[in-house]
Amino acid sequence: MTTQVTTQGVTAPPPQELRSRMRPGRWARELGWRHLVGVIAVVYAMFPIVFIFSASLSERGTMTGSNQLFRTISTHNFVALADTRFWSWFGNTLIVSITTAVGTVLMGAAASYAFSRFRFKGRRTSLTALLVIQMFPQMLAFVAVFLLVMTLGNVFPVLGLNSKLALICVYLGGALGVNTFLMYGFFNTIPIELDEAAKIDGATHSQIYWTIVLRLVAPILAVVGLLSFIASFGEFILARIILQSQGNWTLAVGLFGWVSDQLNANWGLFAAGAVVAALPVLVLFLILQKYIVGGLTAGSVKG
Amino acid sequence: MPTTAPQLDKAERKRLRTSHARDYGPGFIVKLVLMAAINALGVFGLLATWNSGAMGLFWGLLALLVAADYVYFSKRALPLKYIYPGLAFLLVFQIFVVGYTVYVSFTNYGDGHNGTKEQAVTALLAQNERRVEGSAAYPIAVVERDGELGFAVVAQDVSICEGAQPGDVCVGTSEDPLARVDDATHDGGAVTSVPGWSVLTFQQIVTEHQAEVTSLRVPVSDNPEDGSIRTTDGRNAFAFKSSLEWDEDAGTMTDVTTGTVFSANDRGLFEAEDGTTLNVGWRVSVGFENYITAFTDARYSGPFVRILVWTIAFAFLSVATTFLLGLFLAIVFNDARLKGRKIYRTLMIFPYAIPGFLAALIWSGMLNRSFGFINQVLLGGASIGWLTDPWLARLSVLGVNLWLGFPYMFLICTGALQSLPGDVMEAAKVDGAGKWRQWRSITMPLLLVSTAPLLISSFAFNFNNFTLIYMLTRGGPRFTDVSVPLGHTDILISMVYSVSGLDGTAPRNFGLASALSIVVFIIVGTISAIGFRQTRKLEEVM
Repeated sequence: MTTQVTTQGVTAPPPQELRSRMRPGRWARELGWRHLVGVIAVVYAMFPIVFIFSASLSERGTMTGSNQLFRTISTHNFVALADTRFWSWFGNTLIVSITTAVGTVLMGAAASYAFSRFRFKGRRTSLTALLVIQMFPQMLAFVAVFLLVMTLGNVFPVLGLNSKLALICVYLGGALGVNTFLMYGFFNTIPIELDEAAKIDGATHSQIYWTIVLRLVAPILAVVGLLSFIASFGEFILARIILQSQGNWTLAVGLFGWVSDQLNANWGLFAAGAVVAALPVLVLFLILQKYIVGGLTAGSVKG
Repeated sequence: MPTTAPQLDKAERKRLRTSHARDYGPGFIVKLVLMAAINALGVFGLLATWNSGAMGLFWGLLALLVAADYVYFSKRALPLKYIYPGLAFLLVFQIFVVGYTVYVSFTNYGDGHNGTKEQAVTALLAQNERRVEGSAAYPIAVVERDGELGFAVVAQDVSICEGAQPGDVCVGTSEDPLARVDDATHDGGAVTSVPGWSVLTFQQIVTEHQAEVTSLRVPVSDNPEDGSIRTTDGRNAFAFKSSLEWDEDAGTMTDVTTGTVFSANDRGLFEAEDGTTLNVGWRVSVGFENYITAFTDARYSGPFVRILVWTIAFAFLSVATTFLLGLFLAIVFNDARLKGRKIYRTLMIFPYAIPGFLAALIWSGMLNRSFGFINQVLLGGASIGWLTDPWLARLSVLGVNLWLGFPYMFLICTGALQSLPGDVMEAAKVDGAGKWRQWRSITMPLLLVSTAPLLISSFAFNFNNFTLIYMLTRGGPRFTDVSVPLGHTDILISMVYSVSGLDGTAPRNFGLASALSIVVFIIVGTISAIGFRQTRKLEEVM
């Protein structure tokens, strides 16, 4: 159950006595070089992040001015964000991503529960069908998505072009395909005897689902919610064609506009925006790190 | 379902027999409220679609609504109760959309062929309207309701407004043709008040709505051939009639000024005998033409093949490089004696936690030829065109994707390494296998079995990694030898985006774009299917 996910990837404490007995030569041969590789890897992984953080703190807005790391430290760029549409893009992105994540978790978990617990006609076929559908990314059908949303908008303007609700619905269309397998595997690890015991005690299937099973699978719900949040947070092509007015844009569409206009690009402003935009995902990621690592590796060893 | 054991008392047995679908507990009330809301919305939607004549939407919605009620009020469809919400979205926004892509790929849908034949006729008649020579000016007032502008005109006769007596006031907008209104007042020629509408003053027209008013076209009746009235000054309107005449029985358009007759051809256009066509057409099926264009039309087939090769290379190399680096790091850190592993790991997975679009944008700045960090600081002021030279741009794309992707591979390889069965390794050691032998014959095959499905998914993901390419290079640098706006780092999906014309740089060609989408799907699907089959073989061997 929960332990299965959390223990994976967690390091065992190093055997201290072994280390202290090691001579320097052996230490360098067996462990020292690993530290060297580690430092290089960390520098490689971190330097663009340090660079953009430094650029966001620089006083001048040009790209050349940002090249000397941490030469000036000012909050000027962050303050200047208030004069742009940045914060409304930020709000739009959060609305879209959070709604999508919650919807995806609810729908995916419900479907996985059904596949895991009930035996019904067409169950295997449906699972295979989901696997096949998953291979056709929605993004590839963006022309048809655009035409569908445009048609819907003629009848229901709330679901038409330039509507965040329409974008959320489109994202939710992929809720089953991508996540059912990840969750299905996890649901299967919860012993069915628990359900049966509850059933004998007189619980209905919906009581079992909401009060027992969902609590036990909380880690995978967190992983799926976060992955869905990240995916819709950074999704560009569908957001770009559906959200048409600047006020409705998401961060991906808006920030792309800032940088792609190379001549007028205000690099400092973009850097500040990038830091703010990266923060929610980064913080969530670090908090839920052990679940994510567990979820990914659990997925990997299950195949 | 629980069996009713004989020792249960009567009430208990009854409770177990009663379906929870009909049990009046709190859950049932919640369900009832939710279903009532869904049904109300659904019925509203049915009315709206019926009224606007969108019959496809109407039947789709009806089917979804009936299915929802069946699923949630029937005793039999228990699993569907859980699957239905996700399934409904899946059906509409994924399965239907894929089907629709297939349909569009067989049509000439795009600029110039945007709608049905009726829509094309209406558009042509409206576009070719000319002022009727010598017709009198109608005094009008500009009126407004809920932000919508219209004209109010005093009718002199029925020619402008059906059923009007001389002296009646008629109001119309661009959507609704002129129609008689009661109780409006007018003072000689000019309308002074219309119930439900506010009459704009001349001042308001000039300062706030000038452009809108001068472009406003108010049809005289539902029949587009009756023409419209338009104004240039906001005070007087003139009758406009189309220079084209639509003969519905013969299906022909006649230009009344020249007498040329245009008849419908099978390409969705009105065509005259001499081959000239009118500029608005409609959607028709063109069979496999879009697919043939993709593979044989020199404008597309040349770039298509080059982009296909690059896409496969990009996806393959991305997976290979990230996997190798991730695996290498996983091995390096797979030593329990190493201190600070957790810190290294946390710092190393930072790139994975940065949204991909931000990473690509940051790198596009750092790789800038003149001002970028790489050239200016790391290479001491070199001016290397990382994103402007074809081969360097491809290298940069792979490099940035390596940065973005290696932490993921590191994580899954770490997980896979830690879950290797210890007894097998032990047995190999006892049998005298050397380190290399253990690695080659045991670790690697076991590792591949568990990571292969993820590598295939990663391949499929990168095959369509639109965000990275578009944010980093926008497909550039451009091909210099082809006429379509495509470039050396374009992958198939960004090619589809350019061809569709949705980015506004090229005329819209939904038909061709959809055909390319289908081709991409077939390629990804085939490669994935082969990959998964190989993986299964690998598993059987083990």
